[in-house]
Amino acid sequence: MRPAQLALLLALLAGFTLIQIGPLFSLFSKAFLDADGSFAGLQNYADYFGSPSLSVSVRNTVDISFVTTLCSVLLGFAYAYALTRTNMRGKAFFRYTALIPIFLPTVVHALGLVYMFGKQGILTGLGVETELYGRFGIILSEIIYTFPQAFLMFVVALEVADGRLYEAADSMGVSAAGKFFGITLPDIRYTVVNVFFVCFTLAFTDFGAPKVLGGGYNVLATDIYKQIAGQFNMNMGAVVGTLLLLPAVLSFIAGRAVSSRNASTVNAKATRLVIRECAWRDAVFFVFCALVSACFLFLIAVLFMGALTEYYPYNMALTLRHFSFNASTGGIGSYFNSLWMSLLTAVFGTAFAFVYAYMMEKTDGFAALRRYGKLLAALPLALPGMVVGVSFIFFFNARSNPLHFIYGTVVILVLSNILHYFAVPFITATGSLKKLDREFESVSDSMRVSRLRLFLRVSAPLSLTAVLEIFMYYFVNSMVTVSAVVFLYGAKFKVASIAITHMEEAGDISQAAAMSLLILFINVAVRGAYALAAKCTERKIL
Amino acid sequence: MESEMRTKHRKRILTICIAILLAVSAGIALSACSGGGAQEDSAAAAGGEADAANTASETSDASDAPAEKATSGEITVYTALEDEQVTEYLAVFNAEYPDITVNIVRESTGVITARLLAEKDNAQADAVWGTAASSMMILDDQGMLEAYAPEGVDRILPEFKSDKPVPTWVGIDAWETAFIVNTVELDKLGLAVSDIGSYEDLLRPELKDHIVMSNPNSSGTGFLTVAGVLQLKGKDTEAGWDYLSKLHENVNQYVHSGSKPAKMAAAGECVVGVSFGYAGISQKANGAPVEVVFPVEGSGWDMEANALMKKDSIEPAAKTFLDWAISDAAMDLYKVNYPIIATGGDGNYEGYEIDPVSQLIENDFNWVANNRDDILSKWIEKYDSKSAAE
Repeated sequence: MRPAQLALLLALLAGFTLIQIGPLFSLFSKAFLDADGSFAGLQNYADYFGSPSLSVSVRNTVDISFVTTLCSVLLGFAYAYALTRTNMRGKAFFRYTALIPIFLPTVVHALGLVYMFGKQGILTGLGVETELYGRFGIILSEIIYTFPQAFLMFVVALEVADGRLYEAADSMGVSAAGKFFGITLPDIRYTVVNVFFVCFTLAFTDFGAPKVLGGGYNVLATDIYKQIAGQFNMNMGAVVGTLLLLPAVLSFIAGRAVSSRNASTVNAKATRLVIRECAWRDAVFFVFCALVSACFLFLIAVLFMGALTEYYPYNMALTLRHFSFNASTGGIGSYFNSLWMSLLTAVFGTAFAFVYAYMMEKTDGFAALRRYGKLLAALPLALPGMVVGVSFIFFFNARSNPLHFIYGTVVILVLSNILHYFAVPFITATGSLKKLDREFESVSDSMRVSRLRLFLRVSAPLSLTAVLEIFMYYFVNSMVTVSAVVFLYGAKFKVASIAITHMEEAGDISQAAAMSLLILFINVAVRGAYALAAKCTERKIL
Repeated sequence: MESEMRTKHRKRILTICIAILLAVSAGIALSACSGGGAQEDSAAAAGGEADAANTASETSDASDAPAEKATSGEITVYTALEDEQVTEYLAVFNAEYPDITVNIVRESTGVITARLLAEKDNAQADAVWGTAASSMMILDDQGMLEAYAPEGVDRILPEFKSDKPVPTWVGIDAWETAFIVNTVELDKLGLAVSDIGSYEDLLRPELKDHIVMSNPNSSGTGFLTVAGVLQLKGKDTEAGWDYLSKLHENVNQYVHSGSKPAKMAAAGECVVGVSFGYAGISQKANGAPVEVVFPVEGSGWDMEANALMKKDSIEPAAKTFLDWAISDAAMDLYKVNYPIIATGGDGNYEGYEIDPVSQLIENDFNWVANNRDDILSKWIEKYDSKSAAE
């Protein structure tokens, strides 16, 4: 490794350590202190494990995470497969609809489910008897929340394929199933494992759905909320927070096991995959995608219904009055603040995540450093927003921290977003980079082409889809994020997602719906610009 | 040979790099934490002295305060009041003090208190406004509040302010347990609003699975309701718990917010929401088919209060704001939404058929504070894990 590379690697690791390990240390160290701040050893853990509700919370959390993961992985894979490996119609349209859930604040998912399955819901009115509040509601909501993430990672992995393998298989008379299990699945096994752990961890740590739809169904994430924002017991909150890290650590170990056996599949000589004609296959996948899309479009319909009726469901008269916002929630100013914050997060987050992934994936030597780097990259997924928010306060608000001037500014919001949403961009970038032949590096080294040049001329352009997806991911998530920024936004810098929460809390469902529509609008617009950019810059390299 | 040397060389660099990296990150983390600890200690020590000094200076302040009153400046205020109320109240404040800029952070009681506690090392807020007294007691215990007697504090009833010689917090209004009843859904069960008037009425078999209540472990309203029931049925008997167990049979779910039961009743997601008065009255004003019922036995309650944060340099404008925040002008504003105000009011209550002050139970705040942990853990043991296991 050259000195310049080493310097960059060290700088990245130091920066990431600073914004992640620093805050986490300042929060999690409290797990070993008692309320007076003296050392308590493992007493807090003993107390927590001794409480009768714990085993229930753990069992419930594992249960909903497991079911959610199974559903999301299957649905996400089938949907991504339909878009990348079939000739069905309407692919562009379905690509948008799959992402609707991440374009909307999570409170809208819950509203949609209440309007569908609640006591006054449309399906309930048709005689579908369900108990929305509890396990069923949480799982449905978590599937809506994790599906787009699974879909995004699968689509990036499936988009890149070496056509020669399939041609060879065809000429040898391998069946469709044989090709699927022999080429396609092994090809993306790294992504499958990652998607599994991403969905599992997201469902494991998510607090939004259990809070709104959980009823008496306790999970670890509601336990942490009760400790921090109900009983103000930071020490116990830290205890639960450390427990939530477990799946991420497991996924880190599993990820290492898989990636050590992962060979790069698209080498410099790869050809584009030609999708064969098959009418019934296209029809089946079309129906499937249409059903999933219909569910998501229903969420948007709910928004319009909420924003346009007087008082759902008791007064269905149409009105436009909800479109005049109360100035009290920060009004339209918070919307522009959100745009600015999301743009900064997307620009810096994408650069950071992609370069970071490149340094982890495409450099040689210093295995220990890179292993440490991968561990850092695996942890953010397991951090509930509340943990990110509170630990950022403890760390950056400390008087002795030279960086404490960023507290209360947009900078700390951007940093918390980059950290909070780091895992999926990192996996997306890694997945995409893994597909690039390492021959590129050795050829460039032997031709004395600088790595920087290689990165800018070959690696980055070849991963353009991934780069743009990461940008989008950071942008839309920053537009709708609540759980971390609610602890960090300054008195002079309010954001739209918080405003929506306030409107919803105040019972102004209609205004919340109207503001959500504005967020949806900008997210779709950015997505459209992205599609245009992708079209213009698309090069036929593969 | 050469490659071997290179490997060796590389290993050495690696070791050095890791050492540097670890040292740097550990250094940063430690300095943030231990530095914070030291700061706290000195702050606490200084706080002790400041308290004494303050008591003296406040008394002198009180005599010549009007002359020194700041009329300009910029302050940050944390509050748990509703958004719309904040906007309305601030407009009145700024009409009187146009040169004082008030930057507001508004969150639910739980989040705002957690934020204040987390920011303890380096307080961001200059003042706290309209936040639960139970939260104020916690902040006070942590030594985070500066004793300050706002102008006109004598008008505040004694049970509405902290019992220190110079109060650390001063109450402005109270909120209380109320049943929010959806009349349309109640009708479907064959009941009328007149059938729901007391705690005992909530035990009617028709209401099984139709009641939503807030969880005392995550909601202040849930806690004041439970604490109220326990006191009504006899503090140190099991009668209160017997009642809660019977109520548990009828409760569909316990939610993590005080106003949510009211909103769920308004949306028809439950028939009766055990919430607080204002939450129901505002839903009714929005057009929801609900009635707000105050139980005849009396309501548990808590108050919203103001306080000055302890900081190195206290903005004079914060004191001006706190003076205004208990003035008659402010009390008149609070009264519109929360009829029970800390000055006692004038017995004129819009939207209430009964005198809301007589509705409040005699709240033994000391007993509540001392038994808080026991009540919560007993509640979890009896209802939280049980309802989850089902």
